[in-house]
Amino acid sequence: MTAPRSLLHIDWTACDGRGLCTEILPELLARDDWGYPLARTRGAGSDVPVQERLLDAASEAVALCPRQALRLVLGT
Amino acid sequence: MNEALWALGRGTGVVALALFTMSVLLGILTRSGRPLFGLPRFALTLVHRNVALLATAFLAVHLVTLLGDSYAQLRLVDFVVPFLGAYKPFWLGLGTVAVDLLIAVVLTSPERASVGVRVFRAVHWLTYLIWPVALLHGIGNGTDAGAGWFIAFAVVCAVAVLSALLWRLTGGFAPLGSVRADLTQGDQNRTDPKRTDPNRVERNR
Ligand code: HEM
Ligand code: SF4
Repeated sequence: MTAPRSLLHIDWTACDGRGLCTEILPELLARDDWGYPLARTRGAGSDVPVQERLLDAASEAVALCPRQALRLVLGT
Repeated sequence: MNEALWALGRGTGVVALALFTMSVLLGILTRSGRPLFGLPRFALTLVHRNVALLATAFLAVHLVTLLGDSYAQLRLVDFVVPFLGAYKPFWLGLGTVAVDLLIAVVLTSPERASVGVRVFRAVHWLTYLIWPVALLHGIGNGTDAGAGWFIAFAVVCAVAVLSALLWRLTGGFAPLGSVRADLTQGDQNRTDPKRTDPNRVERNR
């Protein structure tokens, strides 16, 4: 099996589609027509797998999200 | 020496007001969710924060340098409790009020994760009060308030903040995905953004 992945969780009830996270993590997130982040990983929904090398950028996005809609769940 | 401190105290006050003005403009821009001059949104947020912190640093120098001023006769209590001052207590008190509120803003903002987004936003709204109170304090208390350059400076700052505020209140302010109205409507439609009506943005400004 693959190694456990860290996940970036998007809380849709909090997100306002401001698009800071899509700027910081363009490899992981695209923006839909309303500005909301969409996982580039197919079928990821609101739990986006984060590769090791993007972990720093992901924590940055968590810290800068104006609505605190993001949470990083570290894989162990 | 006192003369030099007095000049520094006034100068840092003016610089602090200029930086707070910029910080308010940048805060509103951040809130609009628009990039500017090719700077991405997350970078604007950081510039907004750094300008605010720089302004706060200038404000600290402003307070400390005027502490020894023989005219103002400040005591430490005047930094915290408003309207007790010996000289122009009302206008000085406005400065104290601004400092008190600012402390709340500066303490809660970098700690958003621990205080929560609700507290952060509620306290952050105070900035719309802090700014005019600080401006009035400068006009009422400042030695330079009658000078042509100061009046021009105050007018430029006021026009800039008022225009930004008017823009903040107009429909086209947030181009995408603003859910302002959802806050009053409750949270239906929020779980799946795809399901929401694209015209929503127009209707709900
Ligand atoms: C000290 C650190 C500060 C940090 C980390 C900070 C952070 C932020 C953030 C993240 C926003 C966007 C909120 C959102 O999009 O919902 C914002 C908005 C704003 N900030 Fe700050 N801020 C700070 C200090 C200040 C200060 C000192 C002022 C004014 C003197 C100020 C004025 C504003 C204004 C006017 C807005 C727009 C609020 C709105 O209309 O919703 N900020 N700030
Ligand atoms: S930064 Fe936060 S509010 Fe903005 S789009 Fe990303 S998750 Fe949503």
